Amino acid sequence: MNAPKEAWITGIGIVSSLGEGLDAHWDALNARRINVDEKRFAPYIVHPLAPVSFDAQIPKKGDQRQMEAWQRIGTYAAGLALDSAGVKGDQGILGRMDMIVAAGGGERDVAVDMSILNAAAKGNSAPGFLNERLLNDLRPTLFLAQLSNLLAGNIAIVHGVSGTSRTFMGEEAASIDAARIALARIESGQSDITLVGAAHNGERSDLLILYEFGDFNLKDKFDPVWARDKHGGFALGSAGVFLVIESREHAEARGAKPYARLTRVVSDLAQRKQPGAVTKSLEALWSKLDMPADNGAVISGATGVEPVTSEEKAFLGGLAGCAIRGTGTSFGHTLETQFPLGLALAALSISRGALFPPNDPTGLEVEMSKPPTQIVVTGAGHWQGEGMALVEAIT
Amino acid sequence: MTAPRDKFGRPIVVVTGMGVVTSLGAGKSDNWKRLTAGESGIRTVTRFPIDGLKSTMAGTVDFVTVDPPSSTALTERLADIATEEALGQSGIGRKGDFPGPLFLAVAPVEVEWPQRLEVGRAVGKPDFDVNDVLAISGGGKFAAYHHRFMFGSVAGHLAEKFGTKGSPISLSTACASGATAIQLGVEAIRRGETDAALCVATDGSVNPEALIRFSLLSALSTQNDPPQAASKPFSKNRDGFVMAEGAGTLVLESYEAAVARGATILGVVAGCGELTDSFHRTRSSPDGKPIIGCVRKTLADAGMTPEQIDHINAHGTATPENDKMEYLGISAVFGERAKQIPVSSNKSMIGHTISAAGAVEAIISLLTLEHQRIPPTINYEIPDPAIPFDVVPNVARDARVTAVMSNSFGFGGQNASLILTREPI
Repeated sequence: MNAPKEAWITGIGIVSSLGEGLDAHWDALNARRINVDEKRFAPYIVHPLAPVSFDAQIPKKGDQRQMEAWQRIGTYAAGLALDSAGVKGDQGILGRMDMIVAAGGGERDVAVDMSILNAAAKGNSAPGFLNERLLNDLRPTLFLAQLSNLLAGNIAIVHGVSGTSRTFMGEEAASIDAARIALARIESGQSDITLVGAAHNGERSDLLILYEFGDFNLKDKFDPVWARDKHGGFALGSAGVFLVIESREHAEARGAKPYARLTRVVSDLAQRKQPGAVTKSLEALWSKLDMPADNGAVISGATGVEPVTSEEKAFLGGLAGCAIRGTGTSFGHTLETQFPLGLALAALSISRGALFPPNDPTGLEVEMSKPPTQIVVTGAGHWQGEGMALVEAIT
Repeated sequence: MTAPRDKFGRPIVVVTGMGVVTSLGAGKSDNWKRLTAGESGIRTVTRFPIDGLKSTMAGTVDFVTVDPPSSTALTERLADIATEEALGQSGIGRKGDFPGPLFLAVAPVEVEWPQRLEVGRAVGKPDFDVNDVLAISGGGKFAAYHHRFMFGSVAGHLAEKFGTKGSPISLSTACASGATAIQLGVEAIRRGETDAALCVATDGSVNPEALIRFSLLSALSTQNDPPQAASKPFSKNRDGFVMAEGAGTLVLESYEAAVARGATILGVVAGCGELTDSFHRTRSSPDGKPIIGCVRKTLADAGMTPEQIDHINAHGTATPENDKMEYLGISAVFGERAKQIPVSSNKSMIGHTISAAGAVEAIISLLTLEHQRIPPTINYEIPDPAIPFDVVPNVARDARVTAVMSNSFGFGGQNASLILTREPI
């Protein structure tokens, strides 16, 4: 095997409840801004998408109409990332750019579902009743807006990213593995340049129902993610985050300016029946990062859900001298998008020569005065999957 | 001994175990017997009422049942059966301890109607809205449905049951998913990350809403009577695909590791290729360039020329568009040979197993290499003159086969191809 190639993050696209683009996010994080809506889905709390003009990245209205919100958010963020990397419209590069998208599924037509459930509750259970209602009420295009791989499909259609296209699924772990595989392919020379990311629409009652089955939703009162011990839960957030990652030689050849280096991504699936399994899993992953010292920074994607958040806190508590930031407080929980979000904020912080300030009343997050050169991004899924990445300054 | 690396210096990736379930049966032996006899697994759906449906047949796997019923649970069970067969044949690792990662092709997951209706009934008042449903969803009554309907649930189950290593990857590239799972396994072995990979592709999603969704896209055949004749790849009177269920599992290993442990080598994954079509959400680029590019990339990845391919296991869905575009793509690359090379579509018999298709058909390709016999394209009574493939019509054919190309072209512009050989090349 040849020595692994260095992988650079050369493009970042973010849209979230805090706005769009790097400057808006940097300002919002420094102002410790939090955007939550406690009314629309009360008693559930969500971080709604900031107002976005989708036309800026998805110029054809026809394309926008073919997408549900999560696909629009993702296609928009992917466009921002391509702009940021300076490859937007460069068909020579886009035509061979690889893509790994981490995706869930699309929104159901809740009005149709509720009308069918009401009719069924009134005793309408004739054979073929469900068929008739679905045949009459489902919009043909809705299916395509729901299919997991159609976020990648829309990015290909709208932006022309058309090398390889793979969609990973599986909640938080999907994007950790997307980053892991993207890095492994670049390091080994299987890919020169890859677009990797995810999108999530947190403003969905059908998702709230799914997570309510497991009592995962934050209810009644917003608390920062580290302060939910007695009131565990996540507040779903809307966000889209994409990164352009490429080999150093590919970036240098086209004169691209890097934000940071993606050095390592590791992941695992702890069997969580044992208390403490997540703490152990995170400790084992940390040891694979070969961090020279503990005095770096950690951007955690902790959900706020228990017991996994306390297990992650136990792990973080063992990192003496590390500055910790939880994205869950400012952005809510964005499932597949949380890990790319952490990577994006790590690369942004390194490129700006500062870690954004703490936003945490519990004292777990502390100030970091020196410019960060190594930031570890963690992700521990709300029910399964753990992972970590090391993002470093380029030397 | 052959060098353990291919001509590009990469570890050679071999197959040492295979398992398959389709509507024709469980296991390679049963499937092979019925495929080469030209039998169809397509039948009229009995799992749920078909009143009002335009397409009333499917390749359902009715001999496997799960309780409580759900497509996701059936998907999981089909994967279990195929994987047990593959691991049994391979003899790799120990029970519950597979020495490598899991790559799982699986359909996107959603809460399904039986469960949604159950939750709706629990509201217990008339004229309720979504907030009323939300209010009764928590508290643990439906906790099992959270896990069941997470996208990572099938992979989590398989990883625990078979003891695969690391974080399992669930993926969807629509109808190309099975091929993508194999491709991810091949890439991991070529990178030297692992000596073995478990590649599983499974789909048990014939349910009313899934059938209706494809129907609303006008993708399905409506030639319901007789159901066995509905799937007509490459025929002039083809009118769509037939939804089907199934699963396929392949144990991939580096040639070196397989030889070192004395494993029987069933075949070689010589090449994988993939190229995205950015033309349309459900249609191929009319110039066929992405399909042509995908086939060329696959040949290049294997370091082979079109002359070395002596059978194509077609995507062959039997939609008017797919079959036409597949011919266009193949003929652009293979030239005049496109009319001579035997091209067969397994979907004529087992239907379109969607997320599983790429792996199920890769396994059938490997069985074709093993038996030197090509399964037919059945229901081929009225050839489409615009598609002058040699489709191995209706009856299996003995043939010398050393390298098979297996194609998968899906919604969302997903194109993937594999080249499978009997021996390392």
